[in-house]
Amino acid sequence: MSKGSNNNPSRRQFLSGAAVAGAGIAVAGAARAGDPLITEVQQWARGLGEGVDATPYGLPIRFETDVVRRNVPWLTADPISSINFTPIHALDGTITPQGCAFERHHSGAIELSKDDYRLMINGLVDTPLVFTYADLERFPRQTHVYFCECAANTGMEWAGAQLNGAQFTHGMIHNMEYTGIPLRTLLEEAGFDTSAKWVYVEGADASSNGRSIPMEKALDDVLVAFKANGEALRKEHGYPVRLVVPGWEGNMWVKWLRRIEVADAPVESREETSKYTDTLANGVSRKWTWVMDAKSIITSPSPQAPIRHGHGPLVITGLAWSGRGAISRVDISKDGGKTWETARLAKPGEKMALTRFYLDTTWNGEEMLLQARAMDETGYVQPTKAQLREVRGENSIYHNNCIQTWWVQSNGEAENVEVS
Amino acid sequence: MSKFPKHLAIALAGALVVAGPASAEKFGLGRPAAPDEIAAWDHDVNPEGVGLPVGSGSVEDGEALFGDYCAICHGDFAEGVDNWPKLAGGQGTLDHKDPLKTVGSYWPHVTTTWDYVNRSMPFGNAQTLTVDEVYAVVAYILYSNDLVEDDFVLSNENLLDIELPNKDGFIIDDRAESEYSKWSGEPCMTDCKDKVEITMRAMVLDVTPEETKARKVQELVKSTNPRNAAAAEAVPAAAEATTEAPAAEEAKPEETAALDPALVAKGETVFKKCAACHQVGEGAKNKVGPMLNAVFGHPAGAVEGFGYSKQLKAAAEGGLVWDDATLAEFLAKPRDYIKGTKMSFNGLKKDEEIAAVIAYLKSFAQ
Repeated sequence: MSKGSNNNPSRRQFLSGAAVAGAGIAVAGAARAGDPLITEVQQWARGLGEGVDATPYGLPIRFETDVVRRNVPWLTADPISSINFTPIHALDGTITPQGCAFERHHSGAIELSKDDYRLMINGLVDTPLVFTYADLERFPRQTHVYFCECAANTGMEWAGAQLNGAQFTHGMIHNMEYTGIPLRTLLEEAGFDTSAKWVYVEGADASSNGRSIPMEKALDDVLVAFKANGEALRKEHGYPVRLVVPGWEGNMWVKWLRRIEVADAPVESREETSKYTDTLANGVSRKWTWVMDAKSIITSPSPQAPIRHGHGPLVITGLAWSGRGAISRVDISKDGGKTWETARLAKPGEKMALTRFYLDTTWNGEEMLLQARAMDETGYVQPTKAQLREVRGENSIYHNNCIQTWWVQSNGEAENVEVS
Repeated sequence: MSKFPKHLAIALAGALVVAGPASAEKFGLGRPAAPDEIAAWDHDVNPEGVGLPVGSGSVEDGEALFGDYCAICHGDFAEGVDNWPKLAGGQGTLDHKDPLKTVGSYWPHVTTTWDYVNRSMPFGNAQTLTVDEVYAVVAYILYSNDLVEDDFVLSNENLLDIELPNKDGFIIDDRAESEYSKWSGEPCMTDCKDKVEITMRAMVLDVTPEETKARKVQELVKSTNPRNAAAAEAVPAAAEATTEAPAAEEAKPEETAALDPALVAKGETVFKKCAACHQVGEGAKNKVGPMLNAVFGHPAGAVEGFGYSKQLKAAAEGGLVWDDATLAEFLAKPRDYIKGTKMSFNGLKKDEEIAAVIAYLKSFAQ
């Protein structure tokens, strides 16, 4: 980004202009004037900054105001029942701050206080129970990091390259550290019938967004969570209590969780029949496609995060995840899939959590067709869009975990494309 | 009690799954749920009809109810308005490109429709239909899909007899067999393709929300960096001036004088109840309900492009003008004040809330 927008008619401006000219040479020559940011005492080094308590709960500094959730207005009829996208192109590491983690509501984000909160367990149990929020805090709790991905993430890309940015193509995902109680603990507290095959979970909002979960999963790793990233869940993430269903589609992570029913059959609710089912080319639809398969995306460079520096060192980075376990490897191609090299994982993959990868490379202005390809611990390899279409046809919406291509041009700009 | 080692507790629970009734370590937390509490919350209905209450409703009654409560989003004939879901049509399109998925073409069970209407509709006023009304609305949706005749009466007795066309159109997730084995193993690393060509570009389609906005913000932020103190002061000040000036010009002096800013602010908060259906302010558009700019002080039913109910139109023809008194009465009990209004909102209970919302609407009265 040019510093030419600096329009302060002062000596500083003159010097700043000289610095820009100097920077253009890339290598600091002997003639280069000293950087006034260094050679002059800056205001922030002389005066005082804000005192404590200026912002009792802080927001990101104003220079980061573009790192926000965004939606795609044409996707849905109304923002009350809609979705927006995490700015993954601008984040690094793996934890998604709650304030910019994508939202999906079916009847809007409701305001429900801890005092007004009740959780009921009923159905095939010895004793139907009601818990207050305070009750929940007295059960032994656990803390785990998990990704939550909407089944529709990348759904707009089935028919072809549509949305120009990683935020829009892959931003229906977040990754948080949750604290909560194993659902198993609550089921045991109520004395569930061990022959029961299902639990049905619903929210307190008008949509209720009910989903049926097989008992095996409910007893395995599902959490009734009340904290995320160390603090209370934000309103839009289900304050005060949401369900966490590791590795499974986000729609099942019921927010404002109010009821858990132990049952011997699924409810076949609207959200698990008319939605979140996958229609194949022959018109037959898959149901109960709960698990999110391995997937990856290069977050930078990408259309919203073009290369803004000159030739030389370039960091290619992105995210990989699998609902079936830990990411074991990520490969990167710069030529649209002809050749691949293995990226460096920031740390070993963790089960059902985002994994950050890096490829520390050199770029000399050549065009690139960047792709990432994830593998998980089951040996599964992320497929291409062509491979997915071969099995599923083109009418699917959900569960598009195809390899994405960014066309990086010689000026550093990147575009969402499909390749042969 | 809770000092049980965790692994022991898990081992115990595991053993008990095999052994029978779960009686793992209990914490004695929570309290028994009362039967009326369970009845109040446990409304789900499964495909076997478990949970379906006694009741009935006719296509004829359903048509009227649908017109009042549903048509505003779903269309008079369940054909869908704008991006709202289409509930009828599409049969035989599931193996076509862009299939039309409706209750008639896609949903497998009538119970699901009953359950969803009962618990989650009407949008913005859920759980207000009576059991018989839900039967009637579902009957009308079935009728709209040519699945029942116009004299049909749906009830708990016959609902399970109705089979939806796509009831056998679903298979259980088969990815383990159809995909996982195909896409596993050591992947190709070199010479994986002969050539690569770009076959489609997102820029050509151009449906991405204006991302340049974000870049403009970035540029603004850079130009206002404190390292350039003069610019930092100049730009935000200019931005404030442009946002504040029109507001000051728009409000008529006499109205400004009459409006209590605190009350308007409170009204903005209360208006969140209305915002599911109504927009107000700059760029407001008709949504489920009409946009509400220039409504206060104007004749009722006058927002361009909005399809009002017959009853509201009649009231408008009768000379209804929205002022403090008429709005207060309407907002307290919309459906009492105008019988048959499409506004499926029960009303604001508190006089202060009504006064606040009216003040808020006045601030957009123009």
